[in-house]
Amino acid sequence: MVLEPRKWRLVRRRDFLRGAAGFGSAIALAQLASCTTAESPEASGDAESSATADSTGEPIKLGLVAAITGPSALSGESITRGLGVAIDEINAAGGVMGGRPIELVIRDDESTPAKGVAAARELIEREQVAAIFGGLDSPVSLAMLPVIHELETPYMGVWAAATGITRNDFDPNYAFRVSANDNIVDSFLTRYAKQEKGASKVGLVLINNPWGESNQAGFEQWAPEYGVEIVGIEKFNDGDTDISAQLSRLQEGGAETLLLVANAAPGAQMMKSLVRLNWDVPVVSHWGISGGRFPELAGSDAASKVTFIQTYSFFGEQSPVGKRVLAALQEKYGLAGPEDILAPVGVANAYDAMHLVALALETAGAVDGPTLREALYNLPTYEGLIKTYDQPFTPENHDALNEDDYILVQWDDNKIVPIAS
Amino acid sequence: MWPQLILSGIAIGSMYGLVALGFQVTFAVSNTMNFSQGAFVMVGAVLCYSFNITWGLPAIAAVPLTLIICIGLGLLVERWVVRPFAQEGSHSWLLSTIALGIIVENLTMLTFGKEVRGYPSPLAEVPITILGFGVFPLELVIPVVGLATAIALRVVSTKTLVGKAFQAVSDNPDTARLMGVPVAQLIAASFALSTILAGLAGMLIAPIANVSATMGTLLGLKAFATAIIGGLSNPWGVMVAGVVYGVIESVAAGVFGGSYREIVGFAVVILVLALRPNGLFGRALVKKV
Repeated sequence: MVLEPRKWRLVRRRDFLRGAAGFGSAIALAQLASCTTAESPEASGDAESSATADSTGEPIKLGLVAAITGPSALSGESITRGLGVAIDEINAAGGVMGGRPIELVIRDDESTPAKGVAAARELIEREQVAAIFGGLDSPVSLAMLPVIHELETPYMGVWAAATGITRNDFDPNYAFRVSANDNIVDSFLTRYAKQEKGASKVGLVLINNPWGESNQAGFEQWAPEYGVEIVGIEKFNDGDTDISAQLSRLQEGGAETLLLVANAAPGAQMMKSLVRLNWDVPVVSHWGISGGRFPELAGSDAASKVTFIQTYSFFGEQSPVGKRVLAALQEKYGLAGPEDILAPVGVANAYDAMHLVALALETAGAVDGPTLREALYNLPTYEGLIKTYDQPFTPENHDALNEDDYILVQWDDNKIVPIAS
Repeated sequence: MWPQLILSGIAIGSMYGLVALGFQVTFAVSNTMNFSQGAFVMVGAVLCYSFNITWGLPAIAAVPLTLIICIGLGLLVERWVVRPFAQEGSHSWLLSTIALGIIVENLTMLTFGKEVRGYPSPLAEVPITILGFGVFPLELVIPVVGLATAIALRVVSTKTLVGKAFQAVSDNPDTARLMGVPVAQLIAASFALSTILAGLAGMLIAPIANVSATMGTLLGLKAFATAIIGGLSNPWGVMVAGVVYGVIESVAAGVFGGSYREIVGFAVVILVLALRPNGLFGRALVKKV
């Protein structure tokens, strides 16, 4: 930069454009900064100890890497609750492996892959956890795969649904899951659109990120199987306020049902754009819209028109296990009823996943990764919350839940309730 | 489809234009800008949301209160973030205002939270139909407010004594000072005006764009692009550029798909700058050496 004395108000274009470039890069920086803002006292070093008098041996540590702060903080809270109730039951019954209580060590990934990777490594190497539970964000879980395989520690997904988490290229595969799998969800949603909504032409409305892509592949694979034609694939971004342009393309293409994959905020914008178009089309959605404040953002009316999937609902007739878990949740966390369980999938998946891991520890009789991994293939039948698990994992299938275990729900004001069918 | 694309483009574009006016007013007077303009859009929305929804103040009180705070913030920005550097002839105000924006955004995350909140408004619930296509009434209010603001700024700057004083400061600050124009105060006032515009834009778009700590980031960037292609020398040029940019974006998304929205939009910015370096409506800056 050529420096010369000059009046402070005179800006030359060169300087000005430099400023413009600076502004652009600062925006990028700002987004980075916002991704890496630490704000929680719970973020690190905060372990939840659940040892009780009934189990007195040396605790066995299990890790959780999930979003404890940030826009998805609710997911981390839900998972922690599900795990917590299960740990209480396990420890009250004498722990595992001859009286050793389970202790949960929680780390916050702030929905950031790099933080999740660092947390996973720290949990395994320093805290020596026997297994790690994962959180909501698929990118975080995918990023953690190399570490958990390098350090040979089983990963148990309880929320993130990306197909590639369990169907990965690692051999042996240490990633297991008690949650939805995008590919299976895509099949399920496509079949539902065809059979229940009578749609032979569907439009895809996908968030413009890897999760959207993962589902695009799934829908494209399954649509022909069910004789459904995809008339258009529209992608939109997190901050888009009006996507009626994209939707009108689908409308002109003759879409009879829309298949939606997006989180709550962008999903709500898409519903508002449907209102703009005055297009009353059935919307069938992946479960992204179950988080956040979808009814508040989309409006209760519009929100209630979407059918989406869950793995469990605490509403309606409950099994004995359901009644027991609900009572425990109400007592432990002071909830009034099922309407206070804000993210039921996180709670339910985490609850069953913790019991399955405990059974694996019992079966393995050891805490080393390879033995534990093998034990997950040889679990005894477990009567869980979502279903009765009969050999939930095989070397070919690391997803404990499949199409038969998904349920369809809708928003009723601020509650997620099973659809009346 | 086309009327829908153009209508929604005009609505979005007016938001860009309104925010871009904030860049224009300070640049016209002081050749400096508040690059945290986007953050102050967010501040306007978050403050109004907090007053109106969280603490239950009626809108009639929440809106003026927000605007008054915006004035104060604008004055603070000018006095402590821009003036110390600009006075020295340094261009560090570029970086300091950007830094301020990042600080404000992160402070908001700490206090308001990272969650996206919905701002209920009767103007953004039931769409009205024009030529068979729907828009929310608010999306018609935004262009009206934007254009009215641009025209008002134009009138004030050409027809009133205050406007002429602004003009004088812009043309030659030293002479203006000698002629008794309160230069420092006018520059401070221009920053206050720019944060008012940002706050106003924030409150207007909140029911459509929702309220969150990061809502202003991309908006600020696009508004800046709009201000540049508009030419920075007159307010209505900036406003028109905003609307044009919004329509281009919307048409791009409609014709090529949503993934192409930003690609086409910013490509047009580069193209305009290459063909017309002073912007669509700008005058060449005469540089005397």
